[in-house]
Amino acid sequence: MKASIIVFPGSNRERDVGRALEKAGSHVSYVWHAEHELPIGTDLVVLPGGFSYGDYLRCGAIAARAHAMDAVRAHAAKGGLVLGICNGFQILCESGLLPGVLMRNEQVRFTCRFQHLRVEQNDTAFTRDYARHQTIKVCIAHGEGNYIADSETIKRLENENRVAFRYCNEAGIIGGAANPNGATNDMAGIYSDKFNVLGMMPHPENLIDALVGGMDGLPLFTGLNRAA
Amino acid sequence: MKARITVTLKNGVLDPQGKAIEGALKSFGIDGVGSVRQGKVFDIELGDLGQTQADDVLKQACEKLLANTVVENYHVETTA
Repeated sequence: MKASIIVFPGSNRERDVGRALEKAGSHVSYVWHAEHELPIGTDLVVLPGGFSYGDYLRCGAIAARAHAMDAVRAHAAKGGLVLGICNGFQILCESGLLPGVLMRNEQVRFTCRFQHLRVEQNDTAFTRDYARHQTIKVCIAHGEGNYIADSETIKRLENENRVAFRYCNEAGIIGGAANPNGATNDMAGIYSDKFNVLGMMPHPENLIDALVGGMDGLPLFTGLNRAA
Repeated sequence: MKARITVTLKNGVLDPQGKAIEGALKSFGIDGVGSVRQGKVFDIELGDLGQTQADDVLKQACEKLLANTVVENYHVETTA
């Protein structure tokens, strides 16, 4: 598996996700946003977390128009895998690779804490190393994670089983106080219509080492590593 | 030529910042405030363009970057 991580001015989680990918056995390269092409043989593109362009205008809005994103769009159109985490999810929505928008958290507060998620299905390249409806513990750290879309889009995401993860509590019960930002239907991550693009607000790359909180994020990267 | 572009959230889109500002105004005892919606204003200096060309450029700027038309509306005003 060859993974290319796109680095924007203000990205700050690229090394963490790179470490997670390497731990899973993938080869990692870092690609500056001004590049017009991805490294030859790229299987997976990762848009890391951070604050690209200082979150100016709207989170991810300026990064979504970077040269490298044209190459990412072409990669996705060919069925190539794309993973956007946190700011990367915001960039995917702004670039039109995923539908909807990530609005300011309902409580108008930046939230940084452990967060449980329910894995909605395990038949995708991203979740094959999880069990269906498994509860996993990862982290969140965002101020704009409140996923919204028009009701038609929400209906389509639900009907096509394109919700990847939902916010839940430790017992696996979805919603209520476990929803950290007001996201529609407790959506923490969604897929594109061909299931090759995943955007998610939580950080699986934080939880790949028992010494720092747990290992529940690692199966996402080992699963991806087996995809190519 | 100058332009002022106003970007506002579409009706029905939740605006937590507007709500927080509304709550603050009310808590300061400023009476008569119904509701608040927050938006953005961009003041743009244009080069030597005709009106039609300017309208085109500004529409492009709005659609490509300044507004996310999934949740936002934009309004353009130009002055000589």
